[in-house]
Amino acid sequence: MITALTHLQRLEAESIHIFREVAAAFAKPVMLYSVGKDSSVLMHLAMKAFYPAKPPFPFLHVDTTWKFREMIAFRDQMAQKLGFDLLVHVNEDGVRDNINPFDHGSNTHTHVMKTVALRQALDKYGFDAAFGGARRDEEKSRAKERIFSFRNAQHVWDPKNQRPEMWKIFNTRIASGESIRVFPLSNWTELDIWQYILQENIPIVPLYFAKERPVVERDGMLILKDDDRMKLRPGETVENRLVRFRTLGCYPLTGAIESDADTLEAIVGEMLTARTSERQGRLIDRDEAGSMEKKKREGYF
Amino acid sequence: MRHIMAKSLAPTDSVRDYLAAQEKKSLLRFLTCGSVDDGKSTLIGRLLSDTKQIFEDQLAALERDSRKHGTTGDDIDFALLVDGLEAEREQGITIDVAYRFFATPKRKFIVADTPGHEQYTRNMATGASTADLAIVLIDARQGVLRQTRRHSIIASLLGIRHIVLAVNKIDLVDFDRAVFDRIVEDYAQFSRDLGFQTIVPIPMSARYGDNVSGRSDNMQWYSGPTLIEHLETVSVEEAAVEQPFRFPVQYVNRPNLDFRGFAGTIASGAIAQGDEVVVAKSGKSSHVKRIVAHGGDLKQAVAGQAITLVLDDEVEVSRGNMLVSPAARPQVADQFAANIVWFDEHALLPGRSYILRTETDQTSATVTDLKYRINVNDFAHEAAKSLEMNEVGICNISTRAPIAFDPFAENRTTGAFILIDRISNATVGAGMIVHSLRRAENIHWQSLDVGKRVRADMKNQRPAVFWFTGLSGSGKSTIANLFEKKLFATGRHTYILDGDNVRHGLNRDLGFTDADRVENIRRVAEVAKLMADAGLIVIVSFISPFSAERRMARELMADGEFIEVFVDTPFEECARRDPKGLYARALNGEIKNFTGVDSPYEAPEKPEIHLKTLGKSAEEMVDALEHWLNERDIAEDQYDNGGGI
Repeated sequence: MITALTHLQRLEAESIHIFREVAAAFAKPVMLYSVGKDSSVLMHLAMKAFYPAKPPFPFLHVDTTWKFREMIAFRDQMAQKLGFDLLVHVNEDGVRDNINPFDHGSNTHTHVMKTVALRQALDKYGFDAAFGGARRDEEKSRAKERIFSFRNAQHVWDPKNQRPEMWKIFNTRIASGESIRVFPLSNWTELDIWQYILQENIPIVPLYFAKERPVVERDGMLILKDDDRMKLRPGETVENRLVRFRTLGCYPLTGAIESDADTLEAIVGEMLTARTSERQGRLIDRDEAGSMEKKKREGYF
Repeated sequence: MRHIMAKSLAPTDSVRDYLAAQEKKSLLRFLTCGSVDDGKSTLIGRLLSDTKQIFEDQLAALERDSRKHGTTGDDIDFALLVDGLEAEREQGITIDVAYRFFATPKRKFIVADTPGHEQYTRNMATGASTADLAIVLIDARQGVLRQTRRHSIIASLLGIRHIVLAVNKIDLVDFDRAVFDRIVEDYAQFSRDLGFQTIVPIPMSARYGDNVSGRSDNMQWYSGPTLIEHLETVSVEEAAVEQPFRFPVQYVNRPNLDFRGFAGTIASGAIAQGDEVVVAKSGKSSHVKRIVAHGGDLKQAVAGQAITLVLDDEVEVSRGNMLVSPAARPQVADQFAANIVWFDEHALLPGRSYILRTETDQTSATVTDLKYRINVNDFAHEAAKSLEMNEVGICNISTRAPIAFDPFAENRTTGAFILIDRISNATVGAGMIVHSLRRAENIHWQSLDVGKRVRADMKNQRPAVFWFTGLSGSGKSTIANLFEKKLFATGRHTYILDGDNVRHGLNRDLGFTDADRVENIRRVAEVAKLMADAGLIVIVSFISPFSAERRMARELMADGEFIEVFVDTPFEECARRDPKGLYARALNGEIKNFTGVDSPYEAPEKPEIHLKTLGKSAEEMVDALEHWLNERDIAEDQYDNGGGI
């Protein structure tokens, strides 16, 4: 008979507990589905938490219209295969104003197409709890956030005044219009995520695996030219290189790494020798110090 | 920064081996605590750095930040690695708990870096609640401080049994053994009664790394383990699996009529297919038919696993109940004693109603008796009328419905609860149950043959509690008096509970502090309830300034029987009328805690009846009240006769 749980079993149980708590205590939860590896793990845990039922909430993808094409294809394929209720929201105001990462920069683009879009979607459907896949090991303001993270009616996070969070007893009470962001993967590390994907055989977007892809070197990053909206600057050329992604976001803002890791084992092996953090490939974190905290206070996940 | 060429040289087999080894590692959750500037964040930065958890890009950012905000001259300021909030870096202090992750070849660690300021004690408690070990840091120059004691007491109350006493900044006292020995002795003296199983003192310099991961050459006199050595080997295993089975039901999974599963996380013990279980609150028993899991049913499951149970019989079980071992059952009671740590800037007031939340259950609760407050300096038990922010005390608690629990000392999961403010929804306190109070078990409700309905019918009326609230001098008593006369004239049976009169008798022992005001209202509400039960129409005329207490009174009464009447007269008008000459004295500072002057009045948001008195006569008010009462009675009669809805 087993007596002690393994590290991953403990993390899995904690996440499942969090999922069920939200389903029991909130009127209208939603899961933010961003299609990346953490979302894949989150989805897998949600399926486990409510088995044999389906998760009793819809999945919401906030589409900036600049995601990698392979991400969108993967998203639709998963929705069909697992049979969950998929909502897609686009900030139509942003589309009308042609907000894009090339002309407006990462800051404005992310704010309009992601943060504002997310707030629009939450208000439109009246969701009172929203799951996200953020982990505390990703970034130092995330390291400070509660698992059940309170947002006022304007979706604002007040990092200086968070509710105490004792044991596994979560305070799920909110007034009308307020909401809670819930992070079931808070205590997972990047290595845990990969280990779990390997152990559970969880499908992930193929962009995580090394392949010859057309990339452009720009501002010290390798950007995949995913469609014709990306115009080359003078002196730039498109080269086919063997690359993969360690993290996935909007394609013009996400740097590839040169790698030949084309299996999960190889990815983990590569990660163990990595000398940089995964968010290093994210342009949005570099805009200014405290950048993530600022975005989070405004309502970003 | 240049993009990097990652190496993926590790062959598949060795990765698999590596992962298998990772999987077998145990996990230690610990926190760092202690007073401000004892070096908690610096120590964590050192641990992360020594265990190679800091990536190149993070190190580059750290160097940048150290120049901007750092407090260590040209050196890297490791505290900036964990102080992740802008406000923290600007002020150079830790406000909230940060969770960091690292691993050594022997173990995995989750560390909570907690703030030292007394003001942020609640965040320290948050970090401590999920930890198995606490590193208590002490600045070698300062010795044991007030916050060292407070944090140690809270760690002990929250069930932490293993302490590392990190005597830090030992370099600043020339690595002096005498200083170290004196601090160790002080701490041992102080913590004698805190129930710690191990206290391991280590002299160290977090800034320079002495005795953190590497042994220090500066302290030949120290032969104990380095911090990392100790963390890697200390045994904190609680034999949760050996304890009786406890399964708080979190969620009832009912996708269709053929499946009804009880989902939750096993708090302690183990369960197997076919085992008998008992529903804690009803005592009904059943057997486990299936342990359902994605990927196939389980034969058995143990503490810590999140599972779904299907039972043999259709027994009544809902969220908040517990499935338990028939041989060793938890206590089920509505009165118990508990240690409370208070978090909120509004003090805990005995008599005030809060929401009590266990892992899955929720009910309302009041503190019936604050037995004492613990002085964090000398453990003295001090008499107290309220518990201020960051204070610790022991209380008797009474809940509206019974809850199932174990003493916290026996079970950290089923013995804990939090208290939530009814209006702000803030988490205001954390509680650890000590034991149930015998009176809850022994006093059963007498079931009486003559009921409220019969008593009221005999009087040919419906019971009601008209609760008049408003400033002193707003006209409550005048209107109440006239209203009663009018009701009496129409043959109704009534009684007035007047604030001043009750204070001459039942409540003569109470003053005007917030705590006494709360108790004042609680007693009157209970009396009004008994009178309504006797079939009377009760008119309560009390300032009752706090919405929390009015809400508590409302919840005591049956639906529709509590009628909040806001006697709304502006402060200036009340002060002008000043029928008892009290405003003049209060404004002169001769009376303390006077509502509207130096004690707040929280106006009702949605009173059943809102009387704006300016420019109106008392008769007009009373007509409005009587009209309201008649309308209600007609509506209820129709409902009863099936003529309504």
